[in-house]
Amino acid sequence: MKALYFAWVRERVGKAEEELDPPAAVATVGDLIAWLSERGEGYARAFDKPGVVRAALDRVHARSDASITGVKEVAFFPPMTGG
Amino acid sequence: MATVRVQKADFDPGAEAEALASGRTDVGAVVSFVGYCRDEGGGIAALELEHYPGMAEDEIARAAGEAEARWPLLGATIIHRYGRIVPGERIVFVAVAAEHRGAAFAAAEMLMDYLKTRAPFWKRAIRSDGVVEGWIESKRQDDLSAARWSAAD
Repeated sequence: MKALYFAWVRERVGKAEEELDPPAAVATVGDLIAWLSERGEGYARAFDKPGVVRAALDRVHARSDASITGVKEVAFFPPMTGG
Repeated sequence: MATVRVQKADFDPGAEAEALASGRTDVGAVVSFVGYCRDEGGGIAALELEHYPGMAEDEIARAAGEAEARWPLLGATIIHRYGRIVPGERIVFVAVAAEHRGAAFAAAEMLMDYLKTRAPFWKRAIRSDGVVEGWIESKRQDDLSAARWSAAD
């Protein structure tokens, strides 16, 4: 699946997007965050405060228990500050 | 069906609001809101707005759909800019047309509350001394403002 990172999540991870191929045991958004956090210091810093970073699956807001099965695009970003 | 635009360019709020009523005889009220970039007492030289292309449009359209399901609206236009915006410039526009003002006021307010908490945009401030500040943090008050639309009636 394609992963996108925005704002300070992008800065901490160090890239705007990448292809991810998580193992089958990674089933939910929360699992994916835990798996990504093991990939390096930048990822660990991006996800260091549980519950702060938001996620979207195929461009729809998703909670951490949402299934990532069949998802083509996952995005991680801080709480939104538009308007 | 709402008009949703996410764009770098400025917009003409008067023309956008008028377009909702122009040529129609059923519209009794158009309520519009314009959000501007402010300088916070002279400390801010510019805002940089980042967005999630595709999802930003989708999420605003979803919010507009919820407003249309809730109130008898005759039209809505929502515009959100991205990129570098300096104090005094417009950032966001919401206008709603309805037969009566109550629905138009309420829907415009709901749309703004939803935009602030659900549309994927992020602001960071460039200070007047040129220093790039961190990303602006979300406000708990904005979450509370948005939550009342799901809690109420």
